[in-house]
Amino acid sequence: MSLKRTACIAGAFEHPTRKAPDKSTAQLHAEVARGALADAGIDREDVDGYFCAGDAPGLGALSMLDYLGLKVRHMDTTETGGSSYVVHVAHAAEAIAAGRCNVALITLAGRPRSEGSSGTQPRNYGASAPDAAFEVPYGGATVNMYAMVAMRHMHEFGTTSEQLAWIKVAASHHAQHNPHAMLREVVTVKDVLASPMIADPLHRLDCCVVSDGGGALVVTRPEIARDLKRPVVRVLGAGEAMKGQSGGRIDLTWSASAWSGAAAFAEAGVKPADIQYVSIYDSFTITVLMQLEDLGFCAKGAGGRFVADGGLISGSGRLPFNTDGGGLSNNHPGNRGGMTKVIEAVRQLRGEAHPAVQVKNCALALANGTGGQLGSRHGSATLILERA
Amino acid sequence: MKIPSPPINPENKAFFDAAREGKLLLGKCFSCKALHYYPRAICPFCSGETGPVAAKGGGKLYSYSVMRRVAEPYAIAYVTLEEGVTMLTNMVDCDLDRLKIGDAVRVVFKAAEGGEMIPMFTPA
Repeated sequence: MSLKRTACIAGAFEHPTRKAPDKSTAQLHAEVARGALADAGIDREDVDGYFCAGDAPGLGALSMLDYLGLKVRHMDTTETGGSSYVVHVAHAAEAIAAGRCNVALITLAGRPRSEGSSGTQPRNYGASAPDAAFEVPYGGATVNMYAMVAMRHMHEFGTTSEQLAWIKVAASHHAQHNPHAMLREVVTVKDVLASPMIADPLHRLDCCVVSDGGGALVVTRPEIARDLKRPVVRVLGAGEAMKGQSGGRIDLTWSASAWSGAAAFAEAGVKPADIQYVSIYDSFTITVLMQLEDLGFCAKGAGGRFVADGGLISGSGRLPFNTDGGGLSNNHPGNRGGMTKVIEAVRQLRGEAHPAVQVKNCALALANGTGGQLGSRHGSATLILERA
Repeated sequence: MKIPSPPINPENKAFFDAAREGKLLLGKCFSCKALHYYPRAICPFCSGETGPVAAKGGGKLYSYSVMRRVAEPYAIAYVTLEEGVTMLTNMVDCDLDRLKIGDAVRVVFKAAEGGEMIPMFTPA
């Protein structure tokens, strides 16, 4: 079964908050759910499918549906870290195509900023994680597990810190137009290199923000989307994959996006050169570089030259990316960036991005999410969307 | 630097028992003969039964990163062992500013907070 044009994203909502010390995580889920349904113009009684991931408090969909007061006939709690919500759109399309639901609601929310989370803290997924004994003693945090990928990329391909910095520079150019962005100041390559080294070779400005907030999406069948008052954004292709330590056969030079991207492009029947706008998960600058190469926007190892000199800046660069400012400058709600990647792609396809960064006649966009840690085990999910 | 203790379970206990004796164990499949790391009871390549084999202890630095924004900087690393498998570890007992990918390294064992011995690497 192909997902091509079987479902549409009818509603998208990004919570405006970036710091929510006075709200609960469940409350943020409810606020973004309400926001996305209002955006779509769909009544809550019409929601018959619900999707959430590991950020949902309590016992996944059971706690959340009870809290939200929704009655559905299809639930999915697929957890692939920050890429979950990109996966959820594809799974919602599958469920819709299979007749399991008509209106799927996907929510994400989190308060890592209020809770004092940081990417330098060692990550621990619990004592029963099969790899825990072989990782916990070594202080694997989020940032250093990505930094090792950057270090190897520099070694293999001659990628430089200046080239990585251009990714942040492009994000900051976009964020200056976003009133909700956490960091609105335009930065230079020099600024990035002068920011403190966090984990070699990643500087502070190579890292995304830590923010509270959330987002939600409404996915529905084309017949329903057509009758709503919003521009119709259709799912054209999707792919999901994971790549890990492969029993010790480790190769940090490529990511699971090589698999998820190939699947999505094949399903959509389009090529990287056809894509007019990309949302690329930017937990760190290196994350973006790896995905651009693995999705086929440039050759493996050529990512540094591809992003340099403003290559990703909307209006002047070769491939406009993350026009909301991305995780690097705007928002990384719940330490999970897949949701906002889809939301900004929807804005671009609707023509509702900020006029300063809106891609002209944007009809074909790609959103890519990663989850987990690029250097140990990670998920990747690719979504290709078109304006109908 | 304090090393967090590994959560030991029936499947990984032999690895940490051997580490106390100064041995670094890899997994080897009885069926496909492939080596793997981290060791597990069922081969990740063919689902066959496995047993442990001791590594020689030498290898090369595949990648690393020095965590700077912490009280005590440390280097997380991947080391590719002579036997061909790559493992997550730390580089220790060395100048962290002089590490280079490709460096020859050898295993050393360091005590974790709970007394378990943890394989780490130092320049050879």
